[in-house]
Amino acid sequence: MYDFEYHRAASLDDAAGKLKSADDGTLVAGGMTLIPTLKLRLASPSDLIDISGLAELSGIKAEGDAVVVGAATIHAAVAASSDVRAKIPALADLAELIGDAQVRNRGTLGGSIANNDPTADYPAALLALGATIRTDHREIAADDYFEGLFETALDAGEIITQVAFPVPEKASYQKFPNPASRYALVGVFVAKGPSGVRVAVTGAGLDGVFRVTEMETALAENFSPDAIKDVSVSADGLNADIHAGADYRAHLIGVLARRAVADCT
Amino acid sequence: MPTVSMKVNGVDVSGDVEARTLLVQFLRETLDMTGTHVGCDTSQCGACCVLMNGDSVKSCSVLAVQAEGAEITTIEGLANGDELHPMQDAFRQNHGLQCGFCTPGMVISAIDLVSKNPKPTEKEVREWLEGNLCRCTGYHNIVKAIQAGAQAMGG
Ligand SMILES: Cc1cc2nc3c(=O)[nH]c(=O)nc-3n(C[C@H](O)[C@H](O)[C@H](O)COP(=O)(O)OP(=O)(O)OC[C@H]3O[C@@H](n4cnc5c(N)ncnc54)[C@H](O)[C@@H]3O)c2cc1C
Ligand code: FES
Ligand code: FES
Repeated sequence: MYDFEYHRAASLDDAAGKLKSADDGTLVAGGMTLIPTLKLRLASPSDLIDISGLAELSGIKAEGDAVVVGAATIHAAVAASSDVRAKIPALADLAELIGDAQVRNRGTLGGSIANNDPTADYPAALLALGATIRTDHREIAADDYFEGLFETALDAGEIITQVAFPVPEKASYQKFPNPASRYALVGVFVAKGPSGVRVAVTGAGLDGVFRVTEMETALAENFSPDAIKDVSVSADGLNADIHAGADYRAHLIGVLARRAVADCT
Repeated sequence: MPTVSMKVNGVDVSGDVEARTLLVQFLRETLDMTGTHVGCDTSQCGACCVLMNGDSVKSCSVLAVQAEGAEITTIEGLANGDELHPMQDAFRQNHGLQCGFCTPGMVISAIDLVSKNPKPTEKEVREWLEGNLCRCTGYHNIVKAIQAGAQAMGG
């Protein structure tokens, strides 16, 4: 790892200021993505600005018809939250399936969606639930946020503060984990909520998370696993690697989507 | 060079470290506490687990400066003199180790589990061990040890 200057931010404003004044500064939250990256010397920031544990960015609260999760909230807290469990159990389930216990004790929602790994779990939840990403400058709809592999709508120096998840009528997340890394080989989040029925897929797309509109239309008419049994997902644009071919991933999307619909609570 | 201070196994410690120093390097190289192991480069094996303010973390993926002010418990901090911690003793009684390389991380991870779930089922233990790899035992006796340890700890 190359050396850097380390700063613990005292507040959100302090973090934004330090990020701006650094040569080539990077935020660190849980570090579960960034520190392995630094160890491999795949990045060499001049400064690390630590936002983990900032009270302004942590915590979970019910806000009208939404559950609002602070960006620096760790996965373990989302999994254990009684608010999330009561209102969006599928989101608590998803958080509990991320990596392993130690990763969940450090890794954060904000870090996950800022990184936008194509095999990460949270992007599927944000897209399917029609979440809103709040930053220190603005609000961004999930539909406009995920822009491809490790690409997001965030501007340089922009800090995610919260994510607001509208409470759905029902939802489920089904994940087929890569047996070695536990990231999603394919993960499908199905939600029936204020923005209709949405089916979001992570792990499979070459450009990251995406929606399967054909399934959404069929499910809007008849919300049952049978309604999508004949919808075939094309392998074009899907990822193929040593773990699974594109056609296998396409098949898994169908299987997991049907399981998710059957499991929706 | 930043100075970092924390409590390790109940003792206040501090040292001057480069910002890039990992918590596990601080423990092993600065404090000469080599009970915490490093088994991989990819944050996956869990040999380096320590408790940080009560929760298990991978000390190979936390910077020492991030642990400023924290309470750290390592495998060296568990026994009470010659008396093993019930979880350590359960690993011994149940043959929960062979080469022992993964064991410090396994024991720490198990103690975190039991603090959150005093009576874990076999399935819950196996799921919890997702982040702890063992190349020797096949896990069977580790799972047995953790359930016995949980019971001995009062679960
Ligand atoms: C062994 C292992 C297994 C894993 N398995 C899974 C898995 O199954 N599923 C899964 O989804 N993920 C998995 N992860 C990744 C994990 O979820 C990470 O915690 C997450 O991707 C990043 O969160 P972080 O807080 O650790 O971010 P960091 O590593 O601290 O930061 C990541 C990036 O996000 C930026 N960032 C952080 N917070 C903000 C913010 N508030 N605003 C703007 N930018 C920000 C940082 O600058 C950095 O570029 C795994 C990780 C490991 C090590
Ligand atoms: S040394 Fe392997 S996870 Fe830390
Ligand atoms: S006992 Fe050898 S790695 Fe677990």
